[in-house]
Amino acid sequence: MVIAKEFDYQRPTTLEEATQILAGHPGSARVLAGGTDLVAWLRDDAVAPDLVVDIKAIPDLHDIKIDGDTLHLGSLVTFSDLINSPIVSEHAPLLAEMAETVASTGIRNRATLVGNICSAVPSCDAGPVLLGYDTTVHMIGPDGTRSIDINDWFVGLRETACAGDEIVSHLTMKVPVHGGVYVKLMRYAGEDLAQAAVGIVAYPGDEYRVAFGAVAPTPIRSTRIEDALRSKPLDEKLIAEVVAMVADEISPIDDIRATAAYRTRICEVMLERGLPAARERLDGTGPAYGTRLI
Amino acid sequence: MEFTVKVNGERWDIDAAPADVLLDVLREKIGVKSPKIGCERGDCGSCTILLDGKTVRSCLVLAVEVDGQEITTVEGIGYEGLSQLQDLFISNNAFQCGFCAPAIVLSATELLDSNPNPTRHDVQEALAGNLCRCTGYEPIIEAVLAAAEGGAK
Ligand code: FES
Ligand code: FES
Repeated sequence: MVIAKEFDYQRPTTLEEATQILAGHPGSARVLAGGTDLVAWLRDDAVAPDLVVDIKAIPDLHDIKIDGDTLHLGSLVTFSDLINSPIVSEHAPLLAEMAETVASTGIRNRATLVGNICSAVPSCDAGPVLLGYDTTVHMIGPDGTRSIDINDWFVGLRETACAGDEIVSHLTMKVPVHGGVYVKLMRYAGEDLAQAAVGIVAYPGDEYRVAFGAVAPTPIRSTRIEDALRSKPLDEKLIAEVVAMVADEISPIDDIRATAAYRTRICEVMLERGLPAARERLDGTGPAYGTRLI
Repeated sequence: MEFTVKVNGERWDIDAAPADVLLDVLREKIGVKSPKIGCERGDCGSCTILLDGKTVRSCLVLAVEVDGQEITTVEGIGYEGLSQLQDLFISNNAFQCGFCAPAIVLSATELLDSNPNPTRHDVQEALAGNLCRCTGYEPIIEAVLAAAEGGAK
């Protein structure tokens, strides 16, 4: 099966050049990074751009840097880069735990973290994890640079706050002391998308961030559950209380991979197991990152 | 569009449309047939190649993207005789139809290059997403573990 519709291809070498090219093709160009979503979508005719702008020749977009407690992740950082980065394993091992659940090595070598949130499918693995941190998405467009909070990033199904003539240059994430978990239900390792997923980050002072994937049109944060957890000791009673809130917080659908009822139930289980694990990891006692909780 | 790529050590000047997928260009224009056409959506792994030493799924790469890069397929690995890993696949009777084999050889080669002493779990993780319809995976995993013990590449 071939890609039916022809398109032009350009490979700029600076971000400025790339944004100029995009500005010259309003509504008809797509940015190409790892291509693991875009090439599949081109083949399916789900997108039909006139121009594909490959950003892989732009230097500096591969950077993983730490400055104080701010982690900088360039837009070409792949899931494999996250798994192999000593900076990530020291400051935010949750990113590597999440990356290890993404498809297969052959996909992770190519697929980028930023591409994952730009594709913005409901099962996007990066979403529930990035929502657990103070994450900022940095973009460049014809009018210069712009930054936006990750909470304002996911606008709808496959829709983000990034305009057609903008390109994400990097993310910054605040990574103070914390413990986190990413729990993902999939039918088998190696290729499957999340049927449901939960990302939890625990901060000192009984502060939690809780977000879900694949159970709404976008990855979603539950501030109601976070409020219920705030400043209280995490005991069985409190966990039961917030687990009982899950069904009202998510809006899963029935599809080929799972029913809505199953997704809801499994989110409850994942939250129930994930909360203590995140808390224990904050305290330095939890299961090693990468340990599967379901 | 014209571009240059090295395939198994040999330089190729290719003329391809931007919409041409690397898997098809490798098979049809370059004549390298070991990457197989399976799902064509990144799920099965049968189109796996090494791109600058890392496995990628060539069904999800546009041919023009690899300008200036280096590709290795199983033809390149076995060029000077079978690798120890390949020999062990044979002696473990690891494959039946062999459709998945080129990709699994490459994936296991990548693993052993970066991690010469993998655990069973490491091997399973590295090969996850390389679907095999014949063997149930056990003899494949055993062969890779045996290769690791033998210090194979
Ligand atoms: S054909 Fe490429 S992964 Fe299946
Ligand atoms: S040996 Fe037949 S698919 Fe693996």
